Amino acid sequence: MDWQLMLDSLPRFLAGAWLSLKLIGISLVAGAVLSLPIAFARASRRRVLWMPAFAYTFCFRGTPLLVQLYLIYYGAGQFAWVHDSWLWPLLRQPFGCAVIAFAINTAAYQAEILRGGIMAVPVGEVEAARALGMSEWLILRKIVLPQALRLTLPAYGNEIILVVKSSSLASTITLLDITGVARSIVAESFAVYEAFLDAGAVYLILTFLITRAVGAAEGRLMRHLQREDLAKVPSLVPLGS
Amino acid sequence: MDLKGFGAQIATGAGLTLLVAALSLVIGLAIGGLGAAAKLSGSRPLRVIADAYTTLMRGVPELLILLLLYFGGTVLLTWVAGEYVEVNGLGAGLFALSLLCGAYTTEVLRAAIQSVPRGQLEAARALGLRQAHVVRLVMLPQVWRLALPGLGNTWLVLLKDTSLISVVGLEELMRKSAIAAGATHQPFTFYAVAAGVYLLFTTVSVLGISALERRARRGLARA
Repeated sequence: MDWQLMLDSLPRFLAGAWLSLKLIGISLVAGAVLSLPIAFARASRRRVLWMPAFAYTFCFRGTPLLVQLYLIYYGAGQFAWVHDSWLWPLLRQPFGCAVIAFAINTAAYQAEILRGGIMAVPVGEVEAARALGMSEWLILRKIVLPQALRLTLPAYGNEIILVVKSSSLASTITLLDITGVARSIVAESFAVYEAFLDAGAVYLILTFLITRAVGAAEGRLMRHLQREDLAKVPSLVPLGS
Repeated sequence: MDLKGFGAQIATGAGLTLLVAALSLVIGLAIGGLGAAAKLSGSRPLRVIADAYTTLMRGVPELLILLLLYFGGTVLLTWVAGEYVEVNGLGAGLFALSLLCGAYTTEVLRAAIQSVPRGQLEAARALGLRQAHVVRLVMLPQVWRLALPGLGNTWLVLLKDTSLISVVGLEELMRKSAIAAGATHQPFTFYAVAAGVYLLFTTVSVLGISALERRARRGLARA
Protein backbone atom coordinates (compact mmCIF):
# COMPACT_ATOMS: atom_id res chain seq x y z
CA MET A 1 0.00 0.00 0.00
CA ASP A 2 1.32 3.37 -1.02
CA TRP A 3 -0.18 5.65 1.63
CA GLN A 4 1.52 8.71 0.20
CA LEU A 5 -0.19 8.15 -3.15
CA MET A 6 -3.55 7.67 -1.45
CA LEU A 7 -3.06 10.95 0.38
CA ASP A 8 -1.79 12.79 -2.69
CA SER A 9 -4.75 11.74 -4.80
CA LEU A 10 -7.27 13.07 -2.29
CA PRO A 11 -7.81 16.42 -4.05
CA ARG A 12 -8.53 14.57 -7.29
CA PHE A 13 -11.06 12.39 -5.49
CA LEU A 14 -12.70 15.48 -4.02
CA ALA A 15 -13.07 16.90 -7.53
CA GLY A 16 -14.44 13.53 -8.65
CA ALA A 17 -16.89 13.45 -5.76
CA TRP A 18 -18.10 16.93 -6.69
CA LEU A 19 -18.76 15.80 -10.27
CA SER A 20 -20.52 12.66 -9.01
CA LEU A 21 -22.68 14.73 -6.66
CA LYS A 22 -23.65 17.08 -9.48
CA LEU A 23 -24.60 14.12 -11.67
CA ILE A 24 -26.55 12.46 -8.87
CA GLY A 25 -28.31 15.64 -7.74
CA ILE A 26 -29.40 16.85 -11.17
CA SER A 27 -30.49 13.37 -12.29
CA LEU A 28 -32.50 12.76 -9.13
CA VAL A 29 -34.35 16.07 -9.34
CA ALA A 30 -34.97 15.83 -13.10
CA GLY A 31 -36.03 12.21 -12.64
CA ALA A 32 -38.44 13.15 -9.84
CA VAL A 33 -40.09 15.83 -11.99
CA LEU A 34 -40.35 13.44 -14.93
CA SER A 35 -41.72 10.66 -12.73
CA LEU A 36 -44.75 12.67 -11.55
CA PRO A 37 -46.83 12.56 -14.75
CA ILE A 38 -45.68 8.98 -15.43
CA ALA A 39 -46.75 7.80 -11.98
CA PHE A 40 -50.21 9.40 -12.28
CA ALA A 41 -50.65 8.04 -15.79
CA ARG A 42 -49.61 4.61 -14.52
CA ALA A 43 -52.12 4.77 -11.65
CA SER A 44 -54.90 5.85 -14.00
CA ARG A 45 -57.61 3.46 -15.15
CA ARG A 46 -57.69 4.89 -18.68
CA ARG A 47 -55.87 2.82 -21.26
CA VAL A 48 -54.44 5.74 -23.24
CA LEU A 49 -52.76 6.91 -20.04
CA TRP A 50 -51.55 3.79 -18.30
CA MET A 51 -50.34 1.87 -21.34
CA PRO A 52 -47.67 4.34 -22.50
CA ALA A 53 -46.58 4.87 -18.89
CA PHE A 54 -46.31 1.12 -18.43
CA ALA A 55 -44.30 0.79 -21.65
CA TYR A 56 -41.93 3.52 -20.43
CA THR A 57 -41.24 1.96 -17.04
CA PHE A 58 -41.06 -1.51 -18.55
CA CYS A 59 -38.46 -0.54 -21.16
CA PHE A 60 -36.25 1.52 -18.88
CA ARG A 61 -36.33 -0.92 -15.99
CA GLY A 62 -35.97 -3.95 -18.25
CA THR A 63 -32.72 -2.92 -19.94
CA PRO A 64 -29.31 -2.18 -18.40
CA LEU A 65 -28.51 1.45 -17.67
CA LEU A 66 -25.24 0.99 -19.59
CA VAL A 67 -27.19 0.28 -22.80
CA GLN A 68 -29.32 3.37 -22.27
CA LEU A 69 -26.21 5.46 -21.64
CA TYR A 70 -24.46 4.17 -24.78
CA LEU A 71 -27.63 4.61 -26.85
CA ILE A 72 -27.68 8.28 -25.92
CA TYR A 73 -23.94 9.01 -25.91
CA TYR A 74 -22.83 7.00 -28.94
CA GLY A 75 -26.18 6.33 -30.59
CA ALA A 76 -27.74 9.79 -30.84
CA GLY A 77 -25.03 11.02 -33.20
CA GLN A 78 -26.00 8.44 -35.81
CA PHE A 79 -28.85 10.63 -37.03
CA ALA A 80 -28.16 13.86 -38.85
CA TRP A 81 -31.29 15.58 -37.58
CA VAL A 82 -30.08 15.20 -34.00
CA HIS A 83 -27.09 17.39 -34.85
CA ASP A 84 -29.45 20.21 -35.78
CA SER A 85 -31.78 19.84 -32.82
CA TRP A 86 -31.83 22.07 -29.73
CA LEU A 87 -30.71 19.08 -27.62
CA TRP A 88 -27.43 18.70 -29.49
CA PRO A 89 -25.38 20.98 -27.19
CA LEU A 90 -26.36 18.58 -24.37
CA LEU A 91 -25.91 15.39 -26.37
CA ARG A 92 -22.53 16.46 -27.70
CA GLN A 93 -20.77 16.27 -24.36
CA PRO A 94 -20.63 13.34 -21.94
CA PHE A 95 -21.99 15.21 -18.90
CA GLY A 96 -25.26 16.06 -20.65
CA CYS A 97 -25.63 12.50 -21.91
CA ALA A 98 -24.99 11.03 -18.48
CA VAL A 99 -27.55 13.34 -16.87
CA ILE A 100 -30.18 12.52 -19.53
CA ALA A 101 -29.58 8.77 -19.24
CA PHE A 102 -29.60 8.74 -15.43
CA ALA A 103 -32.65 11.01 -15.24
CA ILE A 104 -34.86 9.02 -17.61
CA ASN A 105 -33.72 5.80 -15.94
CA THR A 106 -34.41 6.89 -12.37
CA ALA A 107 -37.70 8.47 -13.52
CA ALA A 108 -38.91 4.97 -14.44
CA TYR A 109 -38.02 3.58 -11.02
CA GLN A 110 -39.32 6.63 -9.15
CA ALA A 111 -42.60 6.51 -11.08
CA GLU A 112 -43.10 2.92 -9.99
CA ILE A 113 -42.36 3.86 -6.36
CA LEU A 114 -44.70 6.85 -6.46
CA ARG A 115 -47.46 4.82 -8.09
CA GLY A 116 -47.24 2.36 -5.19
CA GLY A 117 -47.61 5.30 -2.80
CA ILE A 118 -50.52 6.84 -4.71
CA MET A 119 -52.38 3.52 -4.77
CA ALA A 120 -51.78 3.11 -1.03
CA VAL A 121 -53.50 6.38 -0.10
CA PRO A 122 -56.85 5.31 1.41
CA VAL A 123 -59.76 5.97 -0.99
CA GLY A 124 -61.86 7.24 1.91
CA GLU A 125 -59.53 10.18 2.44
CA VAL A 126 -59.82 11.25 -1.19
CA GLU A 127 -63.60 10.85 -1.04
CA ALA A 128 -63.74 12.86 2.18
CA ALA A 129 -61.70 15.63 0.57
CA ARG A 130 -64.06 15.61 -2.43
CA ALA A 131 -67.06 15.76 -0.10
CA LEU A 132 -65.52 18.83 1.51
CA GLY A 133 -65.51 20.45 -1.94
CA MET A 134 -61.75 20.46 -2.49
CA SER A 135 -60.65 20.74 -6.11
CA GLU A 136 -58.80 17.80 -7.71
CA TRP A 137 -55.59 19.83 -7.78
CA LEU A 138 -55.91 20.72 -4.09
CA ILE A 139 -56.62 17.07 -3.21
CA LEU A 140 -53.55 16.04 -5.15
CA ARG A 141 -51.37 18.65 -3.47
CA LYS A 142 -52.68 18.40 0.09
CA ILE A 143 -53.89 14.82 0.47
CA VAL A 144 -52.48 12.40 -2.11
CA LEU A 145 -48.90 13.57 -2.64
CA PRO A 146 -47.92 14.18 1.00
CA GLN A 147 -49.27 10.78 1.99
CA ALA A 148 -47.74 9.01 -0.98
CA LEU A 149 -44.34 10.57 -0.25
CA ARG A 150 -44.51 9.60 3.39
CA LEU A 151 -45.42 6.01 2.57
CA THR A 152 -42.69 5.66 -0.01
CA LEU A 153 -39.83 7.39 1.75
CA PRO A 154 -37.89 4.18 2.52
CA ALA A 155 -38.18 3.15 -1.13
CA TYR A 156 -37.01 6.61 -2.21
CA GLY A 157 -33.99 6.27 0.07
CA ASN A 158 -33.18 3.00 -1.65
CA GLU A 159 -33.51 4.60 -5.07
CA ILE A 160 -31.15 7.44 -4.13
CA ILE A 161 -28.52 4.86 -3.13
CA LEU A 162 -29.05 3.03 -6.42
CA VAL A 163 -28.53 6.29 -8.33
CA VAL A 164 -25.34 6.97 -6.36
CA LYS A 165 -24.06 3.55 -7.32
CA SER A 166 -25.09 3.74 -10.95
CA SER A 167 -23.49 7.18 -11.29
CA SER A 168 -20.21 5.25 -11.51
CA LEU A 169 -21.20 4.30 -15.07
CA ALA A 170 -20.38 7.90 -16.02
CA SER A 171 -16.74 6.79 -16.01
CA THR A 172 -17.43 4.61 -19.07
CA ILE A 173 -18.13 7.70 -21.17
CA THR A 174 -14.89 9.48 -20.18
CA LEU A 175 -16.28 11.50 -17.25
CA LEU A 176 -13.95 11.93 -14.27
CA ASP A 177 -16.40 11.12 -11.50
CA ILE A 178 -15.21 9.17 -8.43
CA THR A 179 -14.79 5.96 -10.41
CA GLY A 180 -13.33 7.86 -13.36
CA VAL A 181 -10.65 9.41 -11.13
CA ALA A 182 -9.79 5.97 -9.76
CA ARG A 183 -9.54 4.54 -13.26
CA SER A 184 -7.25 7.31 -14.45
CA ILE A 185 -4.99 6.84 -11.40
CA VAL A 186 -4.80 3.13 -12.21
CA ALA A 187 -3.95 3.94 -15.81
CA GLU A 188 -1.13 6.27 -14.72
CA SER A 189 0.47 4.37 -11.86
CA PHE A 190 -1.20 0.96 -11.76
CA ALA A 191 -1.78 1.58 -8.05
CA VAL A 192 -4.87 -0.62 -8.27
CA TYR A 193 -5.70 -1.13 -4.62
CA GLU A 194 -4.93 2.43 -3.53
CA ALA A 195 -7.14 3.93 -6.23
CA PHE A 196 -10.13 1.60 -6.02
CA LEU A 197 -10.15 1.35 -2.22
CA ASP A 198 -10.04 5.16 -2.02
CA ALA A 199 -12.97 5.36 -4.41
CA GLY A 200 -14.86 2.65 -2.55
CA ALA A 201 -14.39 4.56 0.71
CA VAL A 202 -15.80 7.75 -0.86
CA TYR A 203 -18.89 5.84 -2.07
CA LEU A 204 -19.36 4.20 1.32
CA ILE A 205 -19.24 7.59 3.03
CA LEU A 206 -21.79 8.93 0.53
CA THR A 207 -24.20 6.02 0.94
CA PHE A 208 -23.79 6.12 4.72
CA LEU A 209 -24.62 9.84 4.88
CA ILE A 210 -27.65 9.36 2.61
CA THR A 211 -28.93 6.43 4.67
CA ARG A 212 -28.67 8.54 7.81
CA ALA A 213 -30.36 11.54 6.21
CA VAL A 214 -33.25 9.45 4.88
CA GLY A 215 -33.60 7.79 8.26
CA ALA A 216 -33.81 11.19 9.95
CA ALA A 217 -36.36 12.44 7.40
CA GLU A 218 -38.42 9.31 7.94
CA GLY A 219 -38.38 9.80 11.70
CA ARG A 220 -39.64 13.38 11.21
CA LEU A 221 -42.39 12.60 8.72
CA MET A 222 -43.60 9.49 10.52
CA ARG A 223 -43.85 11.01 14.00
CA HIS A 224 -47.61 10.68 14.08
CA LEU A 225 -47.76 7.18 12.62
CA GLN A 226 -47.39 3.87 14.32
CA ARG A 227 -45.09 1.14 13.09
CA GLU A 228 -47.99 -1.03 11.81
CA ASP A 229 -48.85 1.58 9.21
CA LEU A 230 -45.45 1.17 7.62
CA ALA A 231 -46.03 -2.51 7.08
CA LYS A 232 -48.94 -1.69 4.76
CA VAL A 233 -46.74 -0.10 2.11
CA PRO A 234 -46.71 -2.51 -0.82
CA SER A 235 -43.33 -4.01 -1.56
CA LEU A 236 -41.68 -2.00 -4.28
CA VAL A 237 -39.31 -4.26 -6.09
CA PRO A 238 -38.15 -3.17 -9.53
CA LEU A 239 -39.98 -5.04 -12.28
CA GLY A 240 -42.53 -7.72 -11.84
CA SER A 241 -43.27 -9.98 -8.92
CA MET B 1 -33.62 -5.23 -39.80
CA ASP B 2 -30.21 -5.32 -41.46
CA LEU B 3 -27.58 -6.49 -39.00
CA LYS B 4 -24.75 -6.41 -41.59
CA GLY B 5 -23.78 -10.00 -40.80
CA PHE B 6 -23.33 -9.36 -37.08
CA GLY B 7 -26.42 -11.35 -36.13
CA ALA B 8 -24.53 -14.53 -35.26
CA GLN B 9 -21.96 -12.60 -33.22
CA ILE B 10 -24.69 -10.89 -31.22
CA ALA B 11 -26.47 -14.22 -30.66
CA THR B 12 -23.20 -15.72 -29.30
CA GLY B 13 -22.83 -12.71 -27.02
CA ALA B 14 -26.40 -13.07 -25.79
CA GLY B 15 -25.71 -16.72 -24.98
CA LEU B 16 -22.65 -15.77 -22.97
CA THR B 17 -24.68 -13.13 -21.11
CA LEU B 18 -27.22 -15.75 -20.06
CA LEU B 19 -24.49 -18.21 -19.09
CA VAL B 20 -22.62 -15.69 -16.92
CA ALA B 21 -25.84 -14.57 -15.24
CA ALA B 22 -26.95 -18.16 -14.56
CA LEU B 23 -23.56 -19.24 -13.17
CA SER B 24 -23.40 -16.15 -10.95
CA LEU B 25 -26.89 -16.91 -9.65
CA VAL B 26 -25.94 -20.47 -8.71
CA ILE B 27 -22.70 -19.45 -6.99
CA GLY B 28 -24.40 -16.41 -5.46
CA LEU B 29 -27.19 -18.58 -4.01
CA ALA B 30 -24.61 -20.81 -2.36
CA ILE B 31 -22.86 -17.75 -0.88
CA GLY B 32 -26.25 -16.35 0.12
CA GLY B 33 -27.17 -19.54 1.95
CA LEU B 34 -23.92 -19.41 3.90
CA GLY B 35 -24.33 -15.69 4.52
CA ALA B 36 -27.87 -16.07 5.84
CA ALA B 37 -26.75 -18.92 8.09
CA ALA B 38 -23.91 -16.74 9.38
CA LYS B 39 -26.25 -13.79 10.02
CA LEU B 40 -28.69 -15.96 11.96
CA SER B 41 -26.02 -17.91 13.82
CA GLY B 42 -25.22 -17.44 17.47
CA SER B 43 -21.60 -16.65 16.70
CA ARG B 44 -20.78 -12.96 16.93
CA PRO B 45 -17.67 -12.99 14.68
CA LEU B 46 -19.64 -14.76 11.93
CA ARG B 47 -22.43 -12.19 12.17
CA VAL B 48 -19.96 -9.30 12.03
CA ILE B 49 -18.23 -10.75 8.96
CA ALA B 50 -21.55 -11.35 7.17
CA ASP B 51 -22.76 -7.83 8.02
CA ALA B 52 -19.53 -6.26 6.77
CA TYR B 53 -19.79 -8.29 3.55
CA THR B 54 -23.36 -7.26 2.74
CA THR B 55 -22.79 -3.62 3.72
CA LEU B 56 -19.69 -3.31 1.54
CA MET B 57 -21.25 -5.05 -1.44
CA ARG B 58 -24.42 -2.99 -1.32
CA GLY B 59 -22.76 0.34 -0.58
CA VAL B 60 -20.16 0.33 -3.36
CA PRO B 61 -20.95 0.56 -7.09
CA GLU B 62 -21.01 -2.77 -8.95
CA LEU B 63 -18.66 -1.35 -11.58
CA LEU B 64 -16.06 -0.47 -8.94
CA ILE B 65 -16.16 -3.98 -7.47
CA LEU B 66 -15.71 -5.43 -10.94
CA LEU B 67 -12.77 -3.14 -11.75
CA LEU B 68 -11.15 -3.87 -8.39
CA LEU B 69 -11.39 -7.61 -8.97
CA TYR B 70 -10.22 -7.35 -12.57
CA PHE B 71 -7.15 -5.17 -12.02
CA GLY B 72 -6.61 -6.14 -8.39
CA GLY B 73 -6.89 -9.84 -9.22
CA THR B 74 -4.12 -9.54 -11.77
CA VAL B 75 -1.86 -7.74 -9.30
CA LEU B 76 -2.62 -10.22 -6.53
CA LEU B 77 -2.19 -13.35 -8.65
CA THR B 78 1.01 -12.02 -10.17
CA TRP B 79 2.37 -11.38 -6.68
CA VAL B 80 1.32 -14.83 -5.45
CA ALA B 81 2.59 -16.70 -8.51
CA GLY B 82 5.77 -14.70 -8.88
CA GLU B 83 5.17 -14.21 -12.60
CA TYR B 84 2.69 -12.21 -14.66
CA VAL B 85 -0.76 -13.73 -14.47
CA GLU B 86 -3.67 -11.91 -16.07
CA VAL B 87 -7.20 -12.27 -14.82
CA ASN B 88 -9.58 -12.36 -17.77
CA GLY B 89 -12.90 -10.58 -18.04
CA LEU B 90 -14.86 -13.80 -17.59
CA GLY B 91 -13.13 -14.73 -14.33
CA ALA B 92 -13.36 -11.26 -12.83
CA GLY B 93 -16.94 -10.83 -14.04
CA LEU B 94 -18.13 -14.14 -12.65
CA PHE B 95 -16.38 -13.49 -9.36
CA ALA B 96 -17.79 -9.96 -9.01
CA LEU B 97 -21.36 -10.89 -9.97
CA SER B 98 -21.34 -13.95 -7.70
CA LEU B 99 -20.20 -11.84 -4.76
CA LEU B 100 -22.87 -9.24 -5.53
CA CYS B 101 -25.58 -11.83 -5.96
CA GLY B 102 -24.39 -13.49 -2.75
CA ALA B 103 -24.83 -10.25 -0.81
CA TYR B 104 -28.37 -9.71 -2.10
CA THR B 105 -29.47 -13.30 -1.58
CA THR B 106 -28.00 -13.29 1.93
CA GLU B 107 -30.51 -10.60 2.87
CA VAL B 108 -33.37 -12.18 0.94
CA LEU B 109 -32.84 -15.62 2.49
CA ARG B 110 -32.31 -14.21 5.98
CA ALA B 111 -35.58 -12.29 5.81
CA ALA B 112 -37.42 -15.33 4.41
CA ILE B 113 -36.10 -17.68 7.10
CA GLN B 114 -37.07 -15.19 9.79
CA SER B 115 -40.57 -14.85 8.34
CA VAL B 116 -41.47 -18.50 8.87
CA PRO B 117 -43.61 -18.45 12.03
CA ARG B 118 -41.77 -19.98 14.98
CA GLY B 119 -44.94 -21.69 16.11
CA GLN B 120 -44.86 -23.91 13.03
CA LEU B 121 -41.39 -25.16 13.88
CA GLU B 122 -42.45 -25.82 17.44
CA ALA B 123 -45.58 -27.61 16.20
CA ALA B 124 -43.50 -29.75 13.84
CA ARG B 125 -41.16 -30.66 16.68
CA ALA B 126 -44.08 -31.37 18.99
CA LEU B 127 -45.40 -33.78 16.34
CA GLY B 128 -42.13 -35.65 16.65
CA LEU B 129 -40.55 -34.69 13.32
CA ARG B 130 -36.80 -35.06 13.19
CA GLN B 131 -34.72 -31.90 12.60
CA ALA B 132 -34.02 -32.92 8.98
CA HIS B 133 -37.73 -33.36 8.37
CA VAL B 134 -38.58 -30.03 9.97
CA VAL B 135 -36.16 -28.31 7.60
CA ARG B 136 -37.20 -30.20 4.48
CA LEU B 137 -40.96 -30.39 5.00
CA VAL B 138 -41.78 -27.26 6.99
CA MET B 139 -38.99 -24.71 6.56
CA LEU B 140 -37.79 -25.04 2.96
CA PRO B 141 -41.14 -24.91 1.10
CA GLN B 142 -42.04 -21.73 2.97
CA VAL B 143 -38.60 -20.13 2.69
CA TRP B 144 -38.80 -20.80 -1.04
CA ARG B 145 -42.21 -19.12 -1.31
CA LEU B 146 -41.19 -16.14 0.82
CA ALA B 147 -37.81 -15.67 -0.87
CA LEU B 148 -39.03 -16.00 -4.47
CA PRO B 149 -39.96 -12.34 -5.08
CA GLY B 150 -36.58 -11.22 -3.73
CA LEU B 151 -34.69 -13.90 -5.62
CA GLY B 152 -36.52 -13.04 -8.83
CA ASN B 153 -35.59 -9.42 -8.33
CA THR B 154 -31.95 -10.39 -7.76
CA TRP B 155 -31.98 -12.38 -11.00
CA LEU B 156 -33.26 -9.35 -12.95
CA VAL B 157 -30.59 -7.11 -11.42
CA LEU B 158 -27.95 -9.72 -12.19
CA LEU B 159 -29.07 -10.08 -15.80
CA LYS B 160 -28.70 -6.34 -16.33
CA ASP B 161 -25.43 -6.11 -14.40
CA THR B 162 -23.78 -8.59 -16.78
CA SER B 163 -23.56 -5.68 -19.23
CA LEU B 164 -20.92 -4.11 -16.95
CA ILE B 165 -18.51 -6.95 -17.71
CA SER B 166 -18.21 -5.58 -21.25
CA VAL B 167 -16.16 -2.76 -19.67
CA VAL B 168 -13.38 -5.25 -18.85
CA GLY B 169 -13.55 -6.85 -22.27
CA LEU B 170 -15.73 -9.94 -21.94
CA GLU B 171 -17.41 -10.45 -25.31
CA GLU B 172 -20.98 -10.76 -24.08
CA LEU B 173 -24.02 -9.14 -25.62
CA MET B 174 -23.00 -5.56 -24.84
CA ARG B 175 -19.39 -5.89 -26.03
CA LYS B 176 -20.45 -7.68 -29.24
CA SER B 177 -22.92 -4.87 -29.93
CA ALA B 178 -20.21 -2.28 -29.31
CA ILE B 179 -17.92 -4.07 -31.78
CA ALA B 180 -20.69 -4.16 -34.38
CA ALA B 181 -21.52 -0.51 -33.66
CA GLY B 182 -17.91 0.49 -34.23
CA ALA B 183 -17.48 -1.54 -37.40
CA THR B 184 -20.66 -0.35 -39.07
CA HIS B 185 -20.81 3.23 -37.72
CA GLN B 186 -24.38 2.54 -36.69
CA PRO B 187 -24.18 2.74 -32.89
CA PHE B 188 -27.87 3.47 -32.36
CA THR B 189 -28.99 0.47 -34.39
CA PHE B 190 -26.78 -2.02 -32.60
CA TYR B 191 -27.28 -0.71 -29.07
CA ALA B 192 -31.02 -0.74 -29.76
CA VAL B 193 -30.71 -4.39 -30.81
CA ALA B 194 -28.85 -5.12 -27.55
CA ALA B 195 -31.55 -3.29 -25.58
CA GLY B 196 -34.20 -5.37 -27.36
CA VAL B 197 -32.44 -8.62 -26.46
CA TYR B 198 -32.11 -7.56 -22.80
CA LEU B 199 -35.78 -6.62 -22.79
CA LEU B 200 -36.67 -10.03 -24.18
CA PHE B 201 -34.62 -11.72 -21.44
CA THR B 202 -36.20 -9.68 -18.66
CA THR B 203 -39.72 -10.17 -20.06
CA VAL B 204 -39.31 -13.94 -20.21
CA SER B 205 -37.77 -13.85 -16.72
CA VAL B 206 -40.65 -11.83 -15.26
CA LEU B 207 -43.18 -14.28 -16.74
CA GLY B 208 -41.18 -17.25 -15.48
CA ILE B 209 -40.81 -15.78 -12.01
CA SER B 210 -44.52 -15.07 -11.65
CA ALA B 211 -45.32 -18.62 -12.79
CA LEU B 212 -42.93 -19.94 -10.13
CA GLU B 213 -44.51 -17.66 -7.54
CA ARG B 214 -48.00 -18.89 -8.41
CA ARG B 215 -46.78 -22.46 -8.05
CA ALA B 216 -45.10 -21.78 -4.72
CA ARG B 217 -48.30 -20.20 -3.40
CA ARG B 218 -50.61 -23.01 -4.53
CA GLY B 219 -51.23 -24.44 -1.05
CA LEU B 220 -51.96 -21.07 0.44
CA ALA B 221 -55.49 -19.90 1.17
CA ARG B 222 -56.34 -16.76 -0.72
CA ALA B 223 -57.00 -13.76 1.50
